[in-house]
Amino acid sequence: MGANEFAKLPHIGESLLRKEDLRFLTGVGQYTDDINQAHQKYAVFVRSPHAHAAILGIDTADAARMPGVAAIYIGQDIEGKMNGLPCGWLISNPDGSPMKEPPHPVLAQGKVRYVGDHVALVVADTLEQAKNAAEAVQVDYEALPAVIDMRTAAQGPALHDAAPDNHCYKWTLGDKAAVDAAFASAAHVTRIDLVNNRLIPNAMEPRAAIGVYSRASDEYTLYVANQNPHVERLLMTAFVLGLPEHRVRVIAPDVGGGFGSKIFLYAEDVAVTWAARQLNCAVKWTAERSESFVSDAHGRDHITHAEMAMDQNGRFLAMRVHTDANLGAYLSTFASAVPTILYGTLLAGQYTTPQIYVEVDGWFTSTAPVDAYRGAGRPEATYLVERLVTRCAWELSLPQDEIRKRNFITTFPHQTPVALQYDVGDYMACMTQAQQLADVAGFDARRQASEAGGLRRGIGYSSYIEACGLAPSNIAGALGARAGLFECGEVRVHPTGSVTVFTGSHSHGQGHETTFAQVVAARLGIDPGQVDIVHGDTGRVPFGMGTYGSRSLAVGGAAIMRALDKIEAKAKKIAAHLMEASDADIEFAGGEFTVKGTDKKIPFAQVALTAYVPHNYPLDKLEPGLNETAFYDPTNFTYPAGTYICEVEVDPATGVVRVDRFTAVDDFGVIVNPMIVEGQVHGGLVQGIGQALLEHGVYDPESGQLLTGSYMDYTMPRAADFPEFKLGHVCTPCTHNPLGTKGCGEAGAIGSPPAVINAVLDALRPLSVKDLDMPATPHRVWQAIRGAQA
Amino acid sequence: MKVDLKVNGRAVSADVPPHTLLVQLLREHLHLTGTHVGCDTAQCGACTVIVDGRSIKACNTLAAQVQGAEVTTIEGLAAADGTLHPVQAAFKECHGLQCGFCTPGMVMSTVDLLKYHPGATEAEIRELLEGNLCRCTGYQNIVKAVQAAQQAMAA
Repeated sequence: MGANEFAKLPHIGESLLRKEDLRFLTGVGQYTDDINQAHQKYAVFVRSPHAHAAILGIDTADAARMPGVAAIYIGQDIEGKMNGLPCGWLISNPDGSPMKEPPHPVLAQGKVRYVGDHVALVVADTLEQAKNAAEAVQVDYEALPAVIDMRTAAQGPALHDAAPDNHCYKWTLGDKAAVDAAFASAAHVTRIDLVNNRLIPNAMEPRAAIGVYSRASDEYTLYVANQNPHVERLLMTAFVLGLPEHRVRVIAPDVGGGFGSKIFLYAEDVAVTWAARQLNCAVKWTAERSESFVSDAHGRDHITHAEMAMDQNGRFLAMRVHTDANLGAYLSTFASAVPTILYGTLLAGQYTTPQIYVEVDGWFTSTAPVDAYRGAGRPEATYLVERLVTRCAWELSLPQDEIRKRNFITTFPHQTPVALQYDVGDYMACMTQAQQLADVAGFDARRQASEAGGLRRGIGYSSYIEACGLAPSNIAGALGARAGLFECGEVRVHPTGSVTVFTGSHSHGQGHETTFAQVVAARLGIDPGQVDIVHGDTGRVPFGMGTYGSRSLAVGGAAIMRALDKIEAKAKKIAAHLMEASDADIEFAGGEFTVKGTDKKIPFAQVALTAYVPHNYPLDKLEPGLNETAFYDPTNFTYPAGTYICEVEVDPATGVVRVDRFTAVDDFGVIVNPMIVEGQVHGGLVQGIGQALLEHGVYDPESGQLLTGSYMDYTMPRAADFPEFKLGHVCTPCTHNPLGTKGCGEAGAIGSPPAVINAVLDALRPLSVKDLDMPATPHRVWQAIRGAQA
Repeated sequence: MKVDLKVNGRAVSADVPPHTLLVQLLREHLHLTGTHVGCDTAQCGACTVIVDGRSIKACNTLAAQVQGAEVTTIEGLAAADGTLHPVQAAFKECHGLQCGFCTPGMVMSTVDLLKYHPGATEAEIRELLEGNLCRCTGYQNIVKAVQAAQQAMAA
């Protein structure tokens, strides 16, 4: 079944209300911390108060004697008993040498490298006892200078023996000579320096893990707030603990948001699993929010210089980029891929730029590990490209939309100079619709009204593209991925015709239980209420790669479609037998099997029943049952794209920026549930606008203490920080998956930051402000205005 | 110490250490895990419950402070036959929740908001939700849910 045919099925494109809502609205969701085990003990981690220090000694004697304490584990207790945490993506230097991969121990081995680093694990009968004992663990530290600013990291003290200059890798992509030649003959070159601010993901549910071990069966269960339980299990068993995978069950139950931060295998997950075995019991750990701030993987944190070469008409000839990327103290699971593979390959944006060369230096610093956060590399690429493009426009005295239109890719497929081949899109249609929805025509009048009130008004554009549906395994493997990136789906038709689907995708807010049920119901011609979706349990789902990179429907949904192809093919044979027709004459539509050219028909449920009650059945040719599994490995990435337009008002007296209007027009290909898709965009927009105006993970440059360690200091976005967003959609179906879908989870966070900053800069251009880094807080904006007037 | 109170209409008596927080009493002693803990600074609002008719954050209220009080949690909001409270129904209808973790607190805050500010405008609703954080929805459909519940309850 092709995408166009799929899009016309019943329930596709309907905003069905969510099946999962009832349990969340009545307080019976089961998040990891809501789960309790018999004979459960509680874990507390002793964390480093220093950004960089040698551990001279750890005295656990007093703590171990405290009431209820079952065990205290420190680095030497695990030494030789497990490996460190692995990095899932190998990046190579231009000379072919591999990146530096220093050990990432589960408990510190003689040294701590960021505030929050794990030093000891205390297990006790109650949480309070564990906390009290953790406070009594005495660690003798010799503080060492912190390495916070990656621009001077090479001159700082080495965090790891394996990386004496704190340099992890240099990565390049593109034809440098061709780019240099294009620059040499360019009519105009525009340059930009910018910072992509460090973010802290802050899913509302803090990370949590319960390790359970049974000596009787030698089996482990890990309940964990995680986005990809099979990957978690694979990494933990095969790479760290050396356990037989089939003896370990990982359950990611209801998960309260992820945004990337729950993809990774964390030390805490391994530690509670290992401790459960040592103590032959269940060991439960739930992060406090303050702990999450310092120990969840952070996002972004780039410093970039870029240049665009243009001809006299503002057509892009070549782009040259250098980025320093902060990787934090250790390589988290996918850390190395984010500022390279997921960043450099997106630098063409929506434009025909024929030559691009990008160099990335990855640095170790004494800060929390940095890894994928909603968008992961693609927001950084989009922020750079879209800030640079708007600056190009202003330097050439062109409108922001005009320079984009002059350079849009208009024919597909399009091979970019940075490895990707875009299959389909209509960038002009997104731009046109966005301009209409945003009432760009009325902007000048609104600006005059603002100015009459002493305020400045600006408009900002961003035309983003992302590569989603991660990813063709062979391409990912060639680029250094150490895992496959397919997805698995099992469709189990029950004898009465209802269906349970087991998917390797994981829902932690995305509404898969509804959307995937719509897909299955549409294909089989049954009611979505007849379809249940099971996810998040390695004991029930055959395999899976999980949810990240806006891949669930495009890859996980495609795997389900493949399984449905098999179901349909087998069911047709059963139907042919029942109706005494040849297999080739059977057609299936609207939940009924018919014989071509006759009025014979039987419903899907009858075929299902026959499969399990095979009294009249071709047993010589066909097995009973109707249960099929499929694995789907995509042939290309998907390329959601769109244009966002932001309008802000700035109070020059205070520097306060107010987002007055925000319009987002996206092309996600075929949309199964518009209500859910729009909800995903809303959430992404708030995270992106939050990055632009509010959020910033800041470390003290001397002490390495996290200065933004609470929701107040981090300025988490609140309802009153935003206007009502206007959304629009363009649909060019993805050409290479059976649903025609592209993915919608990250777009809002990817497309919005440059739209906001371009709008603020547009508002401040009359005041001669040329530059501003995120977040554009009142203090920064006020300083920029003062600086420009000085 | 012994604490006697009413939770979701039922008389409850618990013997807890004096420093026990209300949220611990609810989650750990009464196994009402619908009330969530999303932070440790009373900023996120995931633990919001209603005590004697006003919403409060259960993470910075001592169990001892609710002696004799009537507490309503998310588990006690729907009717006994399962009919959702208009606020719960509006959140479902408007897709005002995604991961569901902040939802119990949002719903309980909304019940309070609409009781004391039944005529709140959109801008006022956004301001009045300042004690509740959501990372998924971008707030847009939460605001719509509050408005929908506002209309349903006024009708």
